[in-house]
Amino acid sequence: MKLDPRIPGGPLADKWTKFKTNVPLVTPANKRKYEVIVVGTGLAGASAAASLAELGYRVKSFCFQDSPRRAHSIAAQGGINAAKNYQNDGDSVKRLFHDTIKGGDFRSREANVYRLAEVSVNIIDQCVAQGVPFAREYGGMLANRSFGGAQVSRTFYARGATGQQLLLGAYQALSRQIGLGRVRMFPRHEMLDLVLDEGRAQGIITRNLVTGELTAHEADAVLLCTGGYGNAYYLSTYARGSNVTASWRAHRRGALFSNPCFTQIHPTCIPVSGEYQSKLTLMSESLRNDGRCWVPKSAGEKRSAAQIPEGERDYFLERLYPSYGNLAPRDIASRAAKRVCDEGRGVGPSGLGVYLDFSEAIGRLGESTVKERYANLFSMYHEITGESAYESPMRIFPAVHYTMGGLWVDYHLMSNIPGLFVLGEANFSDHGANRLGASALMQGLADGYFVLPYTIGDYLSKQKPGGKKTNRQAEAFWQATETVQARTKKLLGIRGTKPVSDFHRRLGKILWDQCGMSRTKKGLEQGVEEIRGLRQEFWENVNVPGSGEDLNQSLEKAGRVSDFLELGELMCRDALERDESCGCHFREDHQTAEGECERRDEKFSHVSAWEFQGEGKAEVRHAEPLSFEEVQLATRSYK
Amino acid sequence: MKLHLRVWRQKGREAEGQFETYEAKGLNPNMSFLEMMDVVNDELTKEGKEPVAFEHDCREGICGSCAMVINGEPHGPNKAATTCQVYLRSFQDGETLTVEPWRARAFPVLKDLVTDRSAFDKVIQAGGFVSVNTGQAPDANAMPIGKEDAEKAFDAAHCIGCGACVAACRNGSAMLFVAAKVSHLGMLPQGQPERGERVRKMVAAMDAAGFGNCSNQYACEAVCPKEISADWIGRMNRDYAVSAAKKL
Repeated sequence: MKLDPRIPGGPLADKWTKFKTNVPLVTPANKRKYEVIVVGTGLAGASAAASLAELGYRVKSFCFQDSPRRAHSIAAQGGINAAKNYQNDGDSVKRLFHDTIKGGDFRSREANVYRLAEVSVNIIDQCVAQGVPFAREYGGMLANRSFGGAQVSRTFYARGATGQQLLLGAYQALSRQIGLGRVRMFPRHEMLDLVLDEGRAQGIITRNLVTGELTAHEADAVLLCTGGYGNAYYLSTYARGSNVTASWRAHRRGALFSNPCFTQIHPTCIPVSGEYQSKLTLMSESLRNDGRCWVPKSAGEKRSAAQIPEGERDYFLERLYPSYGNLAPRDIASRAAKRVCDEGRGVGPSGLGVYLDFSEAIGRLGESTVKERYANLFSMYHEITGESAYESPMRIFPAVHYTMGGLWVDYHLMSNIPGLFVLGEANFSDHGANRLGASALMQGLADGYFVLPYTIGDYLSKQKPGGKKTNRQAEAFWQATETVQARTKKLLGIRGTKPVSDFHRRLGKILWDQCGMSRTKKGLEQGVEEIRGLRQEFWENVNVPGSGEDLNQSLEKAGRVSDFLELGELMCRDALERDESCGCHFREDHQTAEGECERRDEKFSHVSAWEFQGEGKAEVRHAEPLSFEEVQLATRSYK
Repeated sequence: MKLHLRVWRQKGREAEGQFETYEAKGLNPNMSFLEMMDVVNDELTKEGKEPVAFEHDCREGICGSCAMVINGEPHGPNKAATTCQVYLRSFQDGETLTVEPWRARAFPVLKDLVTDRSAFDKVIQAGGFVSVNTGQAPDANAMPIGKEDAEKAFDAAHCIGCGACVAACRNGSAMLFVAAKVSHLGMLPQGQPERGERVRKMVAAMDAAGFGNCSNQYACEAVCPKEISADWIGRMNRDYAVSAAKKL
């Protein structure tokens, strides 16, 4: 299969402007004839739905939560990047572009990333106009802080709740359109299938999570803005409801899945405290502006942090990466933390933890300034651990946080299925093999506010609105509804002995052990085998109580976990086939003498794109080669 | 650690509900309250019974999904915390806990501990926004906003829309929720052009949704996980009065 990314010609810096100038338009009178389905109401979905409705399209918006305001973008803490150069510290579109490409270890598409950096400046303007209360300096100007992998301050923030404020901005824009009757909102609806006719996306099948009713929704285009798949690992910083179902069901209908093994493990999360644990909590990367990571110099240290003298502490990030220090990118910082723990120098009851110490910052800035910057994070830490980070250092450990992989899209954000667009974390396009901090919010809003509203015009202007109401199309919707019904019936009919959570936990453990921070050929092969076995056991022995005709949370979970059980195998297979190390994907057999990633550009400077072949059959791997015109491929160094 | 639970069970919106009793055993004080509910639900599943439906998502106190009244208190015993941020170390071994859904006319029960809070969305749809289309914005630094004003606006904007304020109020009033949004936008220069219209429309939507009025008991403020101040209600009333008078 030939994958055409449809990147416009001309110099990198002119591509987007050229595209916008030449893209075919849909006249205002015709826009209202087109109906667009938007699945998901996070930053990407809410911003896209609102912007499309403002343009005059008819929009149907879906979310599984009880309200669009609860999508998991709400939990993003630290900030959003933009190349505003308000700090006069040498930032520019080109520098943000370059940092993002390098941060992703040269596994993302140049043209998409350049566009992202370009529109980043408009996002801040838009959000401020909506009333997002970003942090300000005394003179009334916007404040910035630094995030990992950058040597400038380009991160805008609203205390430790930037995602919440940005999402509420987008939610309010969406609410305005709902109030005006231009968006029809379907909360508590889960997308369970994609409907194609003549190879084009024509609609979706949803389940009403309160009544169990299945409905077919037709449209001229379908947008998936359904987030990442990190919950495959069971324990993660994702919301408990975050899932891959919409993306995966589209994949089963032919949408290619790219780089599924590119999963971000964030260095600073509160360590696991016991078997019962249901989720992990992030401690924002912004803390590394002032917190210093350290472990004892010797293994088996029994003294408390306060009793260990300065000379016996190893500030390992500052030692290993002097020019970026504690703000080394996430993949690198996580691996360094894992390594010191593997050496027996980890702290806390499990030995799986490192200190994040604020005593130097409290001494330098005073406790009140530290409180002003991070109070909500310190209180979250206190609630969960019962410890005060003002008095003793935080204990942190890496945890699954984000997925760079996702459905394959071209420059238009359209998947290989015409009419199916994928935005935000659900697509693969901008972050390569590692995402920089504060770039997820940037990408979600860039896609929804400023990219898709242009690129969708190119597709719709070539389609007749309303599609063709043919028998064949009706047949496609009927067949998809039957598929969903059959799966539901099957899940409810097993009545085995184990709850869904049991399978999910075991899948998570396999993925964390074999497809986590460090990967080997043998481990990944074992992972594939184990997941196949687990999947079989699931379909024989899961217990899903209740019926399909009312609110049934066990059934919802079972459906999602059944998809994770398929995806998990693909994650391992993708990691197995990518016989190199890059960014988050660290294959032990491909490392430098210093233990850093060793890329194999001659063989793997490409995006993998997996094609579903049918139940139980091995997927086929395609590749989109990456060509770099602007940046020089180099070994990534933060030393 | 062990706890006795009395949990509200209700099959559906129209069904009669009742309390059922469960023993939660082998608990760890470092577990969260919702993790205990997970354990109880897995046990019920193994016994072939239907688990307790309850709402939750982020489990870090920001999405506003979780909503349980524990021993009569919305979000349980901890100050400035959501239900998901309650840990078992807050309870005594062997204690009996009564767990109920939000109870308010505007939030009907859908099943067990799950209620319908879409009335909040309707209030926002009526006017809780700045009417600015994508692409219309001037440069972000073109409009300076004092640090203190920005911080105060954030304090109001931090509301997570969980509805604890309504559940705590004897009148089932949503004044704290509405006032927080009215004040967040009304305090910023961006929100000025629609300030009067916004408060009138939002208050009208609030009344239409069946929320009660405020009688200055401040139970809302006491249970708010984000410590939204009841002072905002005073500010909203003033905005409303000024706007209504101007319209006359």
